[in-house]
Amino acid sequence: MRRIRAAAVGAVTLSLALAATACGGGSSTGGGSNDSPKTLTYWASNQGASVAVDKKVLQPELDKFEQQTGIKVKLEVVPWSDLLNRILTATTSGQGPDVLNIGNTWSASLQATGGLLPWDERNFAKIGGKDRFAATALGSTGAPGKDPAAVPLYSMAYALYYNKRIFADAGIAKPPATWDELVADAKKIKARGTSPLGAEGANLSENIHHVFVFAKQHGADFFTADGKPDFTDPKVVAAVKRYVDLMAKDKAIPAGDAEYAQNQSVSDFAKGRQAMLLWQSVAANLKSQGMSEDAYGIAPVPVISGKPGGGTQVNSAVMGINIAVFKNTHNLDGATKFVKFMTSDTEQKILNTAYSSIPPVTSAQSDPAFAAPATAVLKNTLATSAAALPQVPSESQFETAVGTAVKELFADAAAGRAVTTDDVRAKLEKAQQQMPAA
Amino acid sequence: MTTTALKEPARETSPGAAREPRRRTGRIRRLTLPYLLLLPALLLELLVHLVPMAIGIVMSFKQLTQFYIRDWGTAPWSGLDNYRVSVDFDAPVGKALLQSFGTTVGFTLLSVGLCWLVGTAAAVFMQDTFRGRGLLRALFLVPYALPVYAAVITWVFMFQHDNGLVNHVLHDQLHLTDKPSFWLIGDNSFYALLTVSVWKGWPFAFLIVTAGLQNIPRELYEAAALDGAGMWQRIRRITLPSLRPVNQVLVLVLFLWTFNDFNTPYVLFGKAAPEAADLISVHIYQSSFVTWNFGTGSAMSVLLLLFLLVVTGGYLLLTSRGRRAADA
Repeated sequence: MRRIRAAAVGAVTLSLALAATACGGGSSTGGGSNDSPKTLTYWASNQGASVAVDKKVLQPELDKFEQQTGIKVKLEVVPWSDLLNRILTATTSGQGPDVLNIGNTWSASLQATGGLLPWDERNFAKIGGKDRFAATALGSTGAPGKDPAAVPLYSMAYALYYNKRIFADAGIAKPPATWDELVADAKKIKARGTSPLGAEGANLSENIHHVFVFAKQHGADFFTADGKPDFTDPKVVAAVKRYVDLMAKDKAIPAGDAEYAQNQSVSDFAKGRQAMLLWQSVAANLKSQGMSEDAYGIAPVPVISGKPGGGTQVNSAVMGINIAVFKNTHNLDGATKFVKFMTSDTEQKILNTAYSSIPPVTSAQSDPAFAAPATAVLKNTLATSAAALPQVPSESQFETAVGTAVKELFADAAAGRAVTTDDVRAKLEKAQQQMPAA
Repeated sequence: MTTTALKEPARETSPGAAREPRRRTGRIRRLTLPYLLLLPALLLELLVHLVPMAIGIVMSFKQLTQFYIRDWGTAPWSGLDNYRVSVDFDAPVGKALLQSFGTTVGFTLLSVGLCWLVGTAAAVFMQDTFRGRGLLRALFLVPYALPVYAAVITWVFMFQHDNGLVNHVLHDQLHLTDKPSFWLIGDNSFYALLTVSVWKGWPFAFLIVTAGLQNIPRELYEAAALDGAGMWQRIRRITLPSLRPVNQVLVLVLFLWTFNDFNTPYVLFGKAAPEAADLISVHIYQSSFVTWNFGTGSAMSVLLLLFLLVVTGGYLLLTSRGRRAADA
């Protein structure tokens, strides 16, 4: 009898406990607090060649922060394939990190969810003011006219990386400055049996960064001035076709690259199997894959004609990483302090050197570490010929819809099918129909 | 339980009315105890299965986009709009959903059919004892025992265009194709997906059918052999009819698993599956997570749930009626 009673009591207790946890699982949608002032959770994006490399770079800096403030930072490096999903889940549940890195192109989308702390004058004052940051970098921190959703952390730009030996063997004296030159050089390189140019045909974000620049060079935009998608504009169609034609018509990009999505083209370049690579701030990555710095040259991304600059001479998107504070943080003061630490001149120099990126903090840019010729190209591109991707709430959806369209066009080209203007328009029309109506 | 229940009324007439209330509480206690013990399991079931489903159904009536995910309560109700968008087959969203649904149905039928066929054949061949049978059986179960991600990522490497094993064998060694084929993009992706799905699914069929075969009495086979039945006839007249109840469950389970499979296409193709292999689970994932419209995604999931309920119900009804007719 006693045993039965014990069982009954146990069952009831367990049930009550379950019911209680079920009720308690709801999200708290408060605006952040200082409940746990001694710890912080930080989600870092994967900047180095691997997650392990990032941990090695970041951990000493986090230890330094702990020494200075007594706040312990729990680091998690989140791979790119998961980062946006993780942020979405955290926003939905209210349970997330205190501080996190975001791709700067997501700023406006994530800003619209209301999950990130807005950086108004008062918050900026806590980290030394808005003026410390370069204007181009601040242009990718959220929708215009709103308080930024994040603070620039690393700035990057696309450049043309080329293998010096392959160029010399093919008798090419200088890197191509226009697309026509690139196509002509590609023919010479291909004639010698080497793959000319790498691409990540199945990587949606890479596709977007490239077609965005091509659209700019064709004098077009994917969104109208009031933020509506306009993917079927004839100039946009021509721009997307120009990029896909690098594989379909010019055969500069080998067909196999159509299924690349895990940075295989970077490995191909690092191993000397491919002459050129259009990539953002890739020096540290190439080094970790065993390519010596003397083996490759770095030049601005080609334009249609003339020299890189503003307007139709844009040759890179403003790439980079922003650091944001999660609104539901339990350590608001600590999180702000951490952002201040990460954007301090000292840390900016250390981290941007480690990741071969450019500091968005202007006072750190003048450091001699960023004056090397390779970095100079990136710095110059950012300063004079880079444009911010559309800062609209539906930017993430745009990346997916148009990125998929380009992926499918590459797949067609790889299968040997002709890619006509009508094909491109049809794919882009489908992409536009998938965009949210608002 | 029944015996006590029967005895109890008889005892009530017996003297000792003072002890009556206590005895009644004792009876109540004995009657309620099983339910009490079931309660934790029931609540867990509610928590793990039914509550998320109910929330999903509620979400499908809301306009849950990126502007509202932080605080679901504020998302405006949208009535049947999400459903209307999903089943409007003239508009792009509905058309894509219908196409994905068709692909999924075709894929599921082929995959379940092949899994069952290969699994059953293997189980029948393994029925007689021979040297190395245990080893082979264990080997057959490896795909089923491997973690899905590890197994599928290996297939991704094998299906690669430039240095994949599949192209190496088909093109470089056997010269079956004039140039290396793409398996992970374009139209061939359907066959790649089917291959991996069958490779991953058939060991389960093999396992279940092997278990079912243990229950068929050896005498039946011996009697049939005496009557001069060949191997094929024994399979057709004894093995398959005896396996009927096992197969009924097996096919249903395989169907539900394959139809809902998310891991395989997701690991093979990433978030944007090629049109030829755009299975409905990934499609719904794309419609909700990637485009941040959880309302429409939920509506599609509810529609999928309804479809699977109808199919399962219809299947069970048909097969059990068929069995009753056969038994009669």
